[in-house]
Amino acid sequence: MNFKKITVIARKDLLEVRQNKAAFLPMMIIPLIFIVLIPLLITLVLPGIGGAVEDFTNDPDMQVFFEVMPIQMRNTLTGLDPTQTMIVTMLGYVFAPMFLIVPLMFATTIAAESFAGEKERKTLEALLYLPISDQELFAGKVMAAALPAILITWLCFVLYSIIVNVVPYSYFGRIWFPLPVWWWLIFWVTPALVAMSISLTVLVSTKVQTFMGAYQTSSSVVLVVVVFFIGQMTGVLFLSQRVAFFIGLGCWALTAIIGRIAVSSFNRQKLLTD
Amino acid sequence: MDIISLQQVAFQYNGGFALQDVSFQVQKGEVFALLGPNGAGKTTTIRLLNGLLRATSGEIRVLGCDPLKDGIIVRGKTGVLTETPALYERLTALENMQFFGTLNGMAPADLKARIAELLDFFDLAEHADQRVGTYSRGMRQRLAIARALLHRPELLFLDEPTSNLDPEIAHQVQDLIIRVKKEENCSVVICTHRLYEAEQVCDRAAIMHKGRLLAQGTLAELREAAGLRKRVRFTLRNELTDGAWRQLLATPFVEEGEQSNPNAFILDVEDYATVPEIVAWLVQYHIDILSVTPQQPSLEEVYFQLQKRVEVQCEF
Repeated sequence: MNFKKITVIARKDLLEVRQNKAAFLPMMIIPLIFIVLIPLLITLVLPGIGGAVEDFTNDPDMQVFFEVMPIQMRNTLTGLDPTQTMIVTMLGYVFAPMFLIVPLMFATTIAAESFAGEKERKTLEALLYLPISDQELFAGKVMAAALPAILITWLCFVLYSIIVNVVPYSYFGRIWFPLPVWWWLIFWVTPALVAMSISLTVLVSTKVQTFMGAYQTSSSVVLVVVVFFIGQMTGVLFLSQRVAFFIGLGCWALTAIIGRIAVSSFNRQKLLTD
Repeated sequence: MDIISLQQVAFQYNGGFALQDVSFQVQKGEVFALLGPNGAGKTTTIRLLNGLLRATSGEIRVLGCDPLKDGIIVRGKTGVLTETPALYERLTALENMQFFGTLNGMAPADLKARIAELLDFFDLAEHADQRVGTYSRGMRQRLAIARALLHRPELLFLDEPTSNLDPEIAHQVQDLIIRVKKEENCSVVICTHRLYEAEQVCDRAAIMHKGRLLAQGTLAELREAAGLRKRVRFTLRNELTDGAWRQLLATPFVEEGEQSNPNAFILDVEDYATVPEIVAWLVQYHIDILSVTPQQPSLEEVYFQLQKRVEVQCEF
């Protein structure tokens, strides 16, 4: 494997994605909503309506929500006033699954553009005539999707940390974020999710003919995040460090299975005759 | 030296044969044409020769290598113009060329100079920073040919190089093929269904039909294989009388004849060597000849003749 060739392929794919407005705009807007807009809204609005927040946290339903929380989480909330409790609960726990939309979004969009998009625009054949191996081509395309997805997620994480600490700083008087579970999310679950969604997209791309087809099918992975979000809101499933660990493990296991099929379906003969 | 050699190559696809029992050789420096309609197996042949597909049976050697095992070596020395230009429309011409040149292992300085040279040659220098999506069909085709030549390939494959082009540009491309062969010492395999084009540029040709090779050889050999009669066209100063025409047809050196108008006729002869005798015969009867033109059967006639023969065989 020639690393330089792999990076050249990856760079070309990214150059192309940047020009695809249908792919690029949602990729920029969604992180903006989850990473900037919602945290700003919560940290700016909640302290101003203290009384209402207090009523809300004292609501019997909310009390049940706090009671079923794992002890680890409840500990982080002890000694906080109602507004602080709400901020930590919302931005520290409830929105954590939504944060995972960022790596998913980037990974599936770029991979769909890179694998199915190339097929759709009939540029794949010229690529196949180059003196590169199937593996190099595959690696280049995976790199094009994986690297930005992970790096941008990390960047978003830094941005998110700054916003949720700095904006309500006068209120907390300390740096309260990130909570321990976030390290698991960022450095264990994120790469695993990225790997899983790329392998899924590659597999889907071998069956469909267009970028949109691949993009829509594989972005249904987002449903997992939504289910998780609802699970947490309803108190059925809480994002503890242990849960994060198993989610990551599950994603890696699925990647191993789907990835193997995806790799075996990615060779010149199959790409041309299927 | 054989730069390409195929021995009884077959390629099975979806249960049927896309290629069957195909054998031919191409020598260094030659322009070799693969002729045939769409679906004859021309593109499949190019893909096999570059190691993109695995032959079901038979042996393939390209530039001394097995293209399947040494695909990277083979593809590094071949340049391919695909049937569709397959350029990145969202990137500029320059970005396209840089991408393909770099992956072909060209050094940056060399690549830069070569891109400038080719864009200039193909009249695209002014549009180098324009996105390919804004290009006309002809411009795309020119850029795609430039891309195929970028890394100075030893062997160039051109799949329907002029099918999307205006006649004027098509003509330029034909000139270019001859020039590439001369100047870059490059062997060329050209796939086309435009027989006139092949006649202009190729040294040898193979005629393909439904995955099989019907015939191959130089144009003269193909004419021979097709068994088409040799024909000569005569034009006269005065009209030829019916009597003289009948006498002419009765001479031993004429096999058949056809009068297109009273001043002109075409004769089928067994050999062009008999032409002087026909001329002598006409002179003897004081018939004034304006012109005598041997009529080589065109490649097109050869092609249809061979194809007709196969179809007749298939019916039985």
